[in-house]
Amino acid sequence: MNNPQLNDRGGLRHLLTIEGLPREILVNILDTARSFVSLSGREVKKVPLLRGKSVFNLFFEPSTRTRTTFEIAAKRLSADVINLNVQSSSQTKGETLLDTIDNLAAMHADMFVVRHSQSGAPHLIARHLTRQNVVNAGDGRHAHPTQGLLDAYTIRHHKKDFSKLSVAIVGDVLHSRVARSLIHVLNILGTPDVRAVGPRTLLPTEIERLGVRVYTDMAAGIRDCDVVVTLRLQNERMQGPLLPSPQEYFKSYGLTPERLALAKKDAIVMHPGPLNRGVEIDSAVADGPQSVILQQVTFGIAVRMAVMAILAGQGKAGAA
Amino acid sequence: MNITIKNGRLVDPRNHVDATTDIFIAAGRIAALGKAPAGFRPEHSIDAKGLVVCPGLVDLSARLREPGFEYKATLESEMHAAVAGGVTSLVCPPDTDPPLDEPGLVEMLKRRAESLNLAHVYPLGALTAGLKGTHLTEMAELVDSGCVAFSQADTPLIDTQMLWRAMQYATTYSYQVWLRPQDSFLARDGIAHDGEVATRLGLSGIPAFAETIALATILTLVRETGTRVHLCRLSSAAGVDMVRRAKAEGLPVSCDVSAHHAHLADTDIGYFDSHCHVVPPFRSQRDRDALRQGLADGTIDAMCSDHAPVDEDAKQLPFGESEVGVTGLELLLALAIKWADEMKLPLSAAIQCVSARPAAILGLDAGHLAVGAAADLCVFDAKAHVRITAAHLRSQGKNTPYIGYELPGRVRHTLVGGRVVFEA
Amino acid sequence: MNTPLPEYPDALPEAEALFEELLRQLKPRVSHAAGMVGIVTGGAWLAERLHAALGLRAPLGVLDASFYRDDFVEKGIKPHTSPSQVPFEVQGREILLVDDILYTGRTVRAAMNELFDYGRPARIDLVVLADRGGRELPIEPVYCGGKVNVPKGAILMLERDPSNAFSLRFSAARRERKAQA
Repeated sequence: MNNPQLNDRGGLRHLLTIEGLPREILVNILDTARSFVSLSGREVKKVPLLRGKSVFNLFFEPSTRTRTTFEIAAKRLSADVINLNVQSSSQTKGETLLDTIDNLAAMHADMFVVRHSQSGAPHLIARHLTRQNVVNAGDGRHAHPTQGLLDAYTIRHHKKDFSKLSVAIVGDVLHSRVARSLIHVLNILGTPDVRAVGPRTLLPTEIERLGVRVYTDMAAGIRDCDVVVTLRLQNERMQGPLLPSPQEYFKSYGLTPERLALAKKDAIVMHPGPLNRGVEIDSAVADGPQSVILQQVTFGIAVRMAVMAILAGQGKAGAA
Repeated sequence: MNITIKNGRLVDPRNHVDATTDIFIAAGRIAALGKAPAGFRPEHSIDAKGLVVCPGLVDLSARLREPGFEYKATLESEMHAAVAGGVTSLVCPPDTDPPLDEPGLVEMLKRRAESLNLAHVYPLGALTAGLKGTHLTEMAELVDSGCVAFSQADTPLIDTQMLWRAMQYATTYSYQVWLRPQDSFLARDGIAHDGEVATRLGLSGIPAFAETIALATILTLVRETGTRVHLCRLSSAAGVDMVRRAKAEGLPVSCDVSAHHAHLADTDIGYFDSHCHVVPPFRSQRDRDALRQGLADGTIDAMCSDHAPVDEDAKQLPFGESEVGVTGLELLLALAIKWADEMKLPLSAAIQCVSARPAAILGLDAGHLAVGAAADLCVFDAKAHVRITAAHLRSQGKNTPYIGYELPGRVRHTLVGGRVVFEA
Repeated sequence: MNTPLPEYPDALPEAEALFEELLRQLKPRVSHAAGMVGIVTGGAWLAERLHAALGLRAPLGVLDASFYRDDFVEKGIKPHTSPSQVPFEVQGREILLVDDILYTGRTVRAAMNELFDYGRPARIDLVVLADRGGRELPIEPVYCGGKVNVPKGAILMLERDPSNAFSLRFSAARRERKAQA
């Protein structure tokens, strides 16, 4: 089966998931992002790479934060950005997802940044399009590849070499596209020890097969880690069949200074945001010296710029 | 009309026939085999040299989408698809709109089907009114109007008391109950087999034990009530084991598997191919292998198409929002042959699973070609391969992951009641 | 592999000689307050040595200019870009923009565009080691080590050895591609 993300010369055509991407492509994205990070110190933060191109931010699921970072990234590349929040309004009128896409493609979109609550929606869109690039900005529980890349960028920035790292991913792995993308990127970049830590109810079936070691004991799970990634716990999942209460979750899995002390002394703490202080992470940790959470946001813009720049540069050549 | 089918290889598993034999048809029945009856004058002759002649296929599940879902398919399109696939008898589940819970609806369906004069249609009546799981249907009335058994289709009963009572009531009249084993709570919101693939793709899972827990309930009730139960669409290795043990115990159960499930696994979902969105979900390769083995050793009695034509719009959606089901009437024979080939079984094994054995479940005098039997038969080229394309399929549903694939077996003639209803 | 092809009639000049000539032109005219920016990779190497030799006060800057190239749509972004660094105030400063070999002028154009995104310089002087002609834009060097005669389409590169000595070479990659064609 052909990888739908690659063109026939093996270049990146869409970014839908990290899984299955060659290491060189990931490294190239991270390297290119490094150049974009350096732009932020300049008087003018824009570069003209995507001048004249239209990037459609197509959000079928609300998310101000991710949409904003994609918007900034596209604007810093001088693209025209159109934001569309399709809260299934047109879809309830009987228009299908692909009708919506056809309409926007007819408005000469060059790139779609798609977020959707259904796993696989960006794949469906990418399969349907012949000319435009698709960037997955998060689909269901499946993938959030730019988040995975910005996490990898942040880890590389602080730890340089993946081949000696232990990374613990703590929390609601079951529902987390962030966790899945991070697991894939860490594995492809050669991280020897990736751990998934959480209660059994929040660890999906056969997650080990993705290349992680499973821990239900928080202390064992973060002991001697170089990186601790805490995942966001959605409000609606704090009480119900999966967990009894946010308090009990915090008691067992909340990242407190005491628990963080079990990790390596120079361990960094990451979180995809937005934070639930006192649920998955203690404020003292979130705001503490080991936290690189805000840096993740800054790097996220550069990583998204790199992805869009690489895709836009491949589009034309891919068609030729 | 008197018809001769000459030089064909007759494969009739029930009567243990696999030989080149001429077949003589008169008055809608098999008049003679091998030698023409005295004074037999054929009005039509089919040269079946190099072809296989087998009993017409008996499909235990084909949705014709009438009444209620004519935008997906019509009775006419699907009946043409049936005979194009060599299917001469089919069972339609009650999940129409409205469901088949009233004699009037069943009579209308039967009448419409008969007027088309293609395959025989055997409706299943709804086990509960509106398939809602709270009130029994008038089973005796429904049988009078043509229902052959009772079923909840793909909406399993949540209420175990209701299931018990419905089985007791059906047993009062010795009616058969068809159940698809699935625990509704465990399957809630699930769209794929709960395993590595679902975890990778971020699809919510339906564990295999959603099937076995329901099976345990059903088998326990069978033990209590003595109800004859047909178990529909097994999907798991553990499920096959339980049925094997239940049969060994002597419980009056039979079961089937869908043709697609005998070949595909969750890995075939690939990059979210919505054509692999089915219920029950395609499970692991190990489960699939157990289904194939169960079919071979007779634990699973029959292979059915579980035909569910879906319009392309309903499939061109994200996996989880896409409508479930595969089109199957025209793939049943091919997938049965492919299964037997891959299992290194003779062709008769394939034919048995789609003719004699399903006919036996229904208690029909069909699915065999002894002298005197109804001349429902299929003539096909077992050596030819057919490329499955949307244009090739007569069904209005083009929804199968096999689009673009070559499958063995090309149907050349289909006869129902001694009448040629399909030729290619 | 390193010998120039016979199809190039003129022997390539000694890069070190061009460098000496360039330095001779620059020394009397350049203010120590000027900022210097080299274009990666060859221009940056050249700038490193010039910067040291001229004793400029402001630290040396480096431009990648990949994000400003006009061939992006055709060629995409080159793999492994390196970050640009201009570690001094550009606004109102005299800038020496350094590249190794001046050809079409498009790289210089991209670099100037990038430079302007750091601020508005008082003046930009273009410094090149060698000018091979073939300009497609109205861009000319103010300081130039010398002219070289090179057939159109050939790829001429600056190389530097471990002791930082320069030499000019034709790109082997280009030669192989030509041989295939």
